[in-house]
Order: sequence, then structure tokens, then C-alpha cells
Amino acid sequence: MTGLSIDNLSMRFELPNGGHVQALEGVSLDLKAGELLSVLGPSGCGKTTLLNIVAGFLAQTGGKLMLNGHEITGPDAERGMVFQAGALFEWMSVRDNVSFGPRMAGKKKADYMGNVDHLLEIVGLQDFKEKMVYELSGGMQQRVALARCLANDPDVILMDEPLGALDALTREKMQSLVLKLWKETGKTIILITHSVEEALLLGERLIVMAPRPGRIHKEYRLPFADMGVGADLREVKKHPDYAPTREEILNMIWDMEEEIMGTAGEEA
Amino acid sequence: MQTQVNLICTRERLGEAFTELRAATVPNGQVVGDTFNPPEGCNVATGWETFSYQFSTLGGRLAEEIQTVGTKAISAIPALVIYVLIILACMFAYRAIKSFLTSKNDYTSLKTVTFGDESAVRSDFPASIISIVLLFVLWGTFTGSALLPSFLHLPAPFTGQQSFTYTVEGADGTRADAEVFVNVVEAGVAPEEVVFDPGEGLALNDGVEITVYGSELVTWDRNDELKRADGARIVAINGEEFDYDFNNSDDPTNAAPSFDVGFARVTPNHRGSLNIIPEQGWQMQPLYLPAPEVVWYRFIEIAKYGYQNVYLSVHLGFSLFRVIVGFVLGAAVGIPLGYAMGLSNWFRGWFDPIVEFMRPVPPLALIPLVIIWFGIFEVGKIFLLFLAALWIMAIAARSGASGVRITKVHAAYSLGASRWQILRHVIIPNSLPEIFTGARVAMGVCWGTVVAAELVAATEGIGKMITVASKFQNTDIILMGVIIIGLVGFGIDMLMRLAERRLVPWKGKG
Repeated sequence: MTGLSIDNLSMRFELPNGGHVQALEGVSLDLKAGELLSVLGPSGCGKTTLLNIVAGFLAQTGGKLMLNGHEITGPDAERGMVFQAGALFEWMSVRDNVSFGPRMAGKKKADYMGNVDHLLEIVGLQDFKEKMVYELSGGMQQRVALARCLANDPDVILMDEPLGALDALTREKMQSLVLKLWKETGKTIILITHSVEEALLLGERLIVMAPRPGRIHKEYRLPFADMGVGADLREVKKHPDYAPTREEILNMIWDMEEEIMGTAGEEA
Repeated sequence: MQTQVNLICTRERLGEAFTELRAATVPNGQVVGDTFNPPEGCNVATGWETFSYQFSTLGGRLAEEIQTVGTKAISAIPALVIYVLIILACMFAYRAIKSFLTSKNDYTSLKTVTFGDESAVRSDFPASIISIVLLFVLWGTFTGSALLPSFLHLPAPFTGQQSFTYTVEGADGTRADAEVFVNVVEAGVAPEEVVFDPGEGLALNDGVEITVYGSELVTWDRNDELKRADGARIVAINGEEFDYDFNNSDDPTNAAPSFDVGFARVTPNHRGSLNIIPEQGWQMQPLYLPAPEVVWYRFIEIAKYGYQNVYLSVHLGFSLFRVIVGFVLGAAVGIPLGYAMGLSNWFRGWFDPIVEFMRPVPPLALIPLVIIWFGIFEVGKIFLLFLAALWIMAIAARSGASGVRITKVHAAYSLGASRWQILRHVIIPNSLPEIFTGARVAMGVCWGTVVAAELVAATEGIGKMITVASKFQNTDIILMGVIIIGLVGFGIDMLMRLAERRLVPWKGKG
């Protein structure tokens, strides 16, 4: 079968002081090829742990992870990653950053250069190919990161708060870009975010996770991502379902945060 | 053979211990350690007890030393204050001129907060220029340099011919006057014979030649009729009479008078001769500090003809050769070692104690060992520089390799890179800025070490040149060597900075 299947995933690790942390418990999720899933949750709910396990940077302690019929055992070019910041190689030009994957795979320059230039054009950086990445603004750097990931043609793209460090205006433009890339390339995307609005606008599916142990609290299927493709995202926000859903999720997360703060207060 | 015994003992028991010790002394004066039985209440101190006792009693000596140092330091304060005042005076003068000449509309001059705004603090280029020029001016002022107009010179020592008179009184009370002609000449200049008229009478005139900064004892009576042996003695200098008991010079209340005769200080000594010390002025003796142009001429001369049969270029070339070879070897071993330590727990655990132990050991402390092991030739010195560079480069490479952001490594893995590719394309480039910083430090340390190593043992090298010059008191060559060392060290650092800017332009921008 194609797509990503997560079955009863759990993650438990021991602390040096003898205690243990149940970071994830019983997380099950099926993601068809081409779906865009956004993941929300209060801090400490295991979002990043989940993403790191899917990326192969961490080994789970229970459950199974399958991608396109085979088990995930470590990092691989089939699962690309976009980080919040600081993951670009500042000793390389924009073009060298984007062509990093194909170059490492030993592909011929003629075979990948066309695609790299095309991707740079899609993300609007065709005039900055020869620049060094540290000469670019934060938003431009994240576009390089997106292009670099796509140039490797992964099956799944994992995004760990890719727009979290950007200012509000740039962020809105980048959200449109993510939607556009998603539609054009048909990639499966998992997007972790702190912003409820971003999760609503970009997520075709949305899961809200709860902490202690980290688990899926509620799942939504949303129409906004499809509406947002090629459209003004501000128009999408005027949809009658948008505001109530946002409030519902916000309240949910708010309650969880309160609970955490409450218990933390008792412990202290 | 000699044996030393340190005792821990009460005062009362000490006498007994000495008796025992004497009993254990064999007739020829040697103490046989085995037969010495300390009396009850006495112990032979262990090495550690001796060490800690001696260490605890060190305080008194050190207190004296700190007093000496403190006195010196305090005596330097006026000079420091004057220097700071000169700096401030130059600053205000420069600012006044500048504000007069430039408009006040650029952004920086509109800033009202500059004190504490570290982004506004930059090295002021004119200040650097003035500071260096002032150094040379001070140097010239204190040495009477020909490069400076003479009104900027401090008073020079007296040179030339002058005279003073003395009055001698014979045992029978007859008096006679005579003149002493003094010719003070520059060092190394063939002195002109002092021409004078011997005059006539019971005392005849004398002539004496003195090298500048020197002094001379005049036996005025060698040509006089009135002789010291006959009870004659001097009673006045330049007509100024004095009362001095020549036969009782040990009495501290009976101090010998001293006369300022204008160009010199004349002091009769207890034997009745006259000690003449010509006026030394305020300038530094060339032995202590030669004038800048003297150093420059020396430089030209040695650059042309060499020093002690070795050309200056050879001295410099050998020093540079040692530094470069030592540094390259140190980097060639230190960088891979640092990477291994930065990337593997096992290697880090293995080498951490060694590196952390060796790092604070100054290479100079190893010179005796290195000479014993490798001899005084190139291998030994290069080994020393290798060690100096090794630890610095290892630590720089270690922190560079372990300082790579994990997101970069994760990103590279997700892009399909292998371990080797990550090392080659991520970890190594990411560590280059740190390695360059380390290389700059290592080069500086190597340059300092090579000079010191050559001071100890070498046949060529800038340090060697200085050692040889110091044996002949060629202060100008020592000074020239110091300036060359400073300039070359500075030049090396500038080159490294240039290379850094070219090769790792992303430094500090990650």
C-alpha cells in the first residue's frame, strides 16, 4: 500500500534519576499519499518526538511504522525534513544547498540542474541562486529549505514549525506557498505548528495531541486547505465554519495547558 | 655524599637530637643516615611534611617581595598618569580640530548616547597613528635622536672640555692652586689629547679624559710638588673651601663633601684623590636604549652584512621555517585528533585527560626535556612547536566538530547523505571558523615559542641573534630583533585574518 501508516506507536524512555517519561502512547494514524496533516498540541505533548520517530532520528519503543509497505528504521531520503531555522548549510550558495540531495546521491549535474532551477523559480528565488544563504532574509531562507527538500523528491515531507520564526506577513505568504507546493507536487506532508490558524488553513487533516502521555486527543477533517489553494487565505478565514473550529481547538489546547500548569504548580 | 635530615621536634628536644646526630657522625664528618636514632618526641620529617612546612613559612619572604614590587609599581604611577594625560590631550586636540573641519550632520555624530553603545566603539585610526608616532617621539626624546629637533630632547650628558680648580695645602700650610682640564668624549670616538698649559708653582695643572657616562679618579699630585704622601691635601674646589677629615672616613658623621662644578660632580675620596662624574643628563644611555636611527642603521647593516657570520634573512628564514613546519605538523595531527574527540565518545574519553593535562604545560617548560631527547637541532625545536600547536588545534577542531547544530546533521541525513558525506560536507565546513580561530592562536603561540626556544639553543634564528647580541651588550641589535619579532608576528596574524575572511566568509553568520 502507498502512504504512511503509524500503528499503536509508543515511546517511553528512562531518566537518569530512575523515573521515566511516557512521551507517546498508542498513537495510530494512517496517512494516504498526498495528504496534508497538521499536528497541534500544547508544549510537551510529543509532537516533535512523533516527527523525529517518523523521520527516523529516534527509535520507537513500541508499535509499528510503515511507509509504502516497508518499515521505517532510520533517516532516509524518502522522508524529507524542513526545520524551523538553522538547518541550511551557510558555507554553500543557494543553488548548492538546493542541489545537496541529488549531489549526495551521486546524480549527474545535467540530470538535476534543470529541476533545481525550476524549484528555485517556483519559490521565487531565481535571482538569488548564486547568493550565499546567510545573505538572505529569514523568509527567503525558509524558501530555500523548502526547495532543498523538494529537490530530493521525497515521498513524505516532515515540517517542524517551518514558519515559526517568521514575521506575520512573511508567514502568510509562505503559507500560500506551502499550499501551492503541496498541490503542485502531490507530496504527503506532516506539519507541526504552534499556530492554530496555520494548522486550520494548511491541514487537510488536523490532529490535536494531548500530553502525559502524548496521544492523539481529537482528529478533524477540514475543507480550508483545498479552498486555500490559489486563493486569498484571508477569504478562507471568512468561511462560517472557520471561526467556531478555531475557537473549539483553542479552548481545547487552553484547557490542556491549564491542566499542565496546575499539576506543575502542585509538584512545585 | 651528603645527607640532609629534616626534623620535626619540640625546641626542648632539639638539643638531644643534635647530640644523637653528632654520635652518628663518622669521624670524617659524614652523617650515616641509618645509624641516626631521633630521640623521643622527635621525628625525621617526610618529604611531604618538609614541603608543607617550608611552604607555610614562605609568607614572610613573599611579603618582602610584594613590598619591593609594590614600591616599584607605585613609583611608576606618575609616568602612567602623564601618559594618560598625553592621550587625553591628544584626543581633545584631535576632536577639536576634527569638529572644526567636518560638518555635524552624519548619522553617527547625531547619536547622543555613545558611552556604553558598544556598536559605536571602533578602533580610531588617527588615534593609532598618533599613538605610534608618539612612541617614536618619546623614544627619540629620551635618547637624543637626530630625527628630532634638539629642543624636544631631554638634557644630554655633558661632552667637551671644561675645567675646575683645586686648592692644595701642604703639611706646612703653604697653599697652591691648579686647574684640572676634563675632556668628556663619546664612547667609541678616538679621544683628542687634552691640550693644556701645565702652569707653574707648587701645584701643576692636570688633564683627564672621561668617556661619557663614565667617571674618573684624578691623582692630582702626580705632577705636583705638594704630594699626598707628604701630608698635602685638597682644601677647596673652585675656591670653595671644605673641612673633611681624610683620616676618619669610616665615621658616618664625617661625610665627604661633593661639589657641583657646573659640568660635573667632584668628590674627594678618603685617599685624597678627586672623583669626577661628568653631568649625565636625563637621556637614556645607549647601552639601555639606543636611539631609533641607531637601531635602523643597525638593521640596514645587518640586513646587508649579517650578524656573527649569519645573514639576517637566514636568521628570519630559520625562525619562520620552524614555525611553519611545527604548525603544519601540529595541525595535521591536532585537527584529526580534535575531530575524533568531537565525534566519538570513546576517543573523547581517551584523549581528554591527555589533552587537558598537556594543554596548560607551557612548551618552554619542556625545552630541557626536548633538548635531552632530540638534541639542539631542528628536530627538537620543531617538536616543541608541534606540541605547542597540537593541543590548540585539537581543542579548536574538537569544539568545531561538536559545535555543529544537530538540525544541520538531521537535515543532511534526511537528504540522503552518508556518514562520510556528512563529515565532508557538513561537519568539516561547519568547524572551519573555529579551526581558523585556533590556527591564529596557535600561530601566535608558535611564534612566541620559537623565539624562546632559540634563546636556549640554536645556531640560527631571530631568538639566537638576540641571545648573541645580549652577550656583547648590543642593545641596538636586541631592540631590532624585538621589533622584527613583533612585526612578523603581527604580519602573520594579519595574513591569517585575511585568509579567514576569504575562506570562511560565513563565520559568525550561522
